[in-house]
Amino acid sequence: MKKVQFKSSYSQYLFLAPQLGILLIFLYWPIIQTFRDAFTMQDAFGFGSKFVWFDNFLFIFDDPAYFIAFKFTIIYSFVITLITGSIGLLLAVQANNVMHGKSTYKTLLIWPYAIAPAVVGVMANYFFSERFGLLYHLFHELWGFNWYESVFDSYIYVIIAGSWKQISANFIFFLAGLQAIQKSVIEASMIDCKNSLRRFWTITFPLLMPTTFFLIIINITYAFFDTFGIIDTTTIGAPSGETRTLVYKAYMDGFRGLDLGSAGAQSIMMMLIVLVITIFQFRYIEGKIHYN
Amino acid sequence: MTRFITSSFSHLILLIGILIMVVPVWMIFASSTHTSSMINMNGLQMFLGDSFYENYLRVLLYQGGFFKEITALKMFFNSFIMATGVAILSVVTSLMAAYALVYYRIKYATLLFWIIFITILVPLELRIFPTYSVMAELNLVNSYFGLIVPISASAIATLFFRQFYKTVPDELLESAKLDGANTWRFFVDFLIPLSKTMIVAMLIFMFVFGYNQYLWPLLVTTSEQYWTVVMGLKMMSGSIVHRFAFVMMSMVPPILIIIVLQKYFIKGVFQDK
Repeated sequence: MKKVQFKSSYSQYLFLAPQLGILLIFLYWPIIQTFRDAFTMQDAFGFGSKFVWFDNFLFIFDDPAYFIAFKFTIIYSFVITLITGSIGLLLAVQANNVMHGKSTYKTLLIWPYAIAPAVVGVMANYFFSERFGLLYHLFHELWGFNWYESVFDSYIYVIIAGSWKQISANFIFFLAGLQAIQKSVIEASMIDCKNSLRRFWTITFPLLMPTTFFLIIINITYAFFDTFGIIDTTTIGAPSGETRTLVYKAYMDGFRGLDLGSAGAQSIMMMLIVLVITIFQFRYIEGKIHYN
Repeated sequence: MTRFITSSFSHLILLIGILIMVVPVWMIFASSTHTSSMINMNGLQMFLGDSFYENYLRVLLYQGGFFKEITALKMFFNSFIMATGVAILSVVTSLMAAYALVYYRIKYATLLFWIIFITILVPLELRIFPTYSVMAELNLVNSYFGLIVPISASAIATLFFRQFYKTVPDELLESAKLDGANTWRFFVDFLIPLSKTMIVAMLIFMFVFGYNQYLWPLLVTTSEQYWTVVMGLKMMSGSIVHRFAFVMMSMVPPILIIIVLQKYFIKGVFQDK
């Protein structure tokens, strides 16, 4: 905290009021309602609701579809993190290596970051359509690819669609991480170790650890939440619910099924997962992430 | 010689990376300049056709063909209002809240800090139906206000501004106080000019965030008059080349902003001076 500060006065509340007001009305109020939904059950006609303790939670644990979505979400975040992280790192290392055209490469590689997931999904749709999709036909030739029926193939579809734009984010952060490493460290390591690949894994990569951990969190949150637009414009869960993320399933149960109790309970489960991830992130970031 | 080989290898890898990014978008663009029958017969195209003006003008200006009542132009207008609203509202409120948290000796500072920052844990996707019912109760469905405010309820920018203010030397406030600046003057005349890069970076970030919203506009607008571009992807019907043209146009604004302002964006987010 600052040593020099203003004394507490009414003006501090004027500065806090706008954000606190918006958060209370548009965030805390809905969150309280989420909890109310999760612990109540609406009657069939929507006239009333009664308090049912943990029934909604027990229902989702009994629902095989919930575990299918859970499994997919874990696999999806793991694979997206792995693919986009390694390709992003590879590109960042090369961009950091070249003498000429560094900023041109940077510009040509960061723009996909700005594209909305839903737009990416619609584009992927064109490449995986049975009628004229190039990738559909290529993979179909190779091993009889058919995402309408095969779970594995539908995984491939949403993984390619989900990874494409996220490579950019990983590239930007890894490049910034590489540029923050002091020149003297790299020069000293060049004297000690001639093999550039070994030098990378023993000197550079450990120094990138804070960036790597930060990106793992970013990629997991992306796979959890931002991919909604991708799933909704590509497989919509095809073949039969295997490519639904937890967020997508909660939305579908609430919107199509009008089961707000279940949607609320699923949201609270997600909040718990995010809480665990964030505690981990906070402990890490507060102590170890330095860009300067 | 080895230097030359390793550097050519780097260029090659980067080139492949760029191709993976550019080729899909280029193919949709090239295809959007052909006629539908051409696409239906021969699939996606690599080279430009000559229906560019015809396809794009039709999508931008015609009502009742592509969508029922709204033109794509109006949707771009709505998206622009929404994105600008989200950017300005969230950045201004965050700047102010972070200022109070860092520069005031507040009694319940830790409590306030947690009240504000725990909200980062609960993205809109996790409270979407209750948020909708709050909006319905407040009569804000089908309004710009309804599109903008729940998306602006975010403390991410507050976190960034707080981190930034903490790096500002204490001497700045001391000297400002000697000059007789009160709290408002210090905020407006000293701190805001100092945080310019960070402010621009956060504006860009929140603009793109607002523009790219998909699920929330889908839920909170039932009248076509408030449809935005990105949610329009779910609604579009009509011939395939017109859809290609709409998809291409939908990605132009955020890409343009990121490319033109990338210097600010990268500087701000990484706080490198």
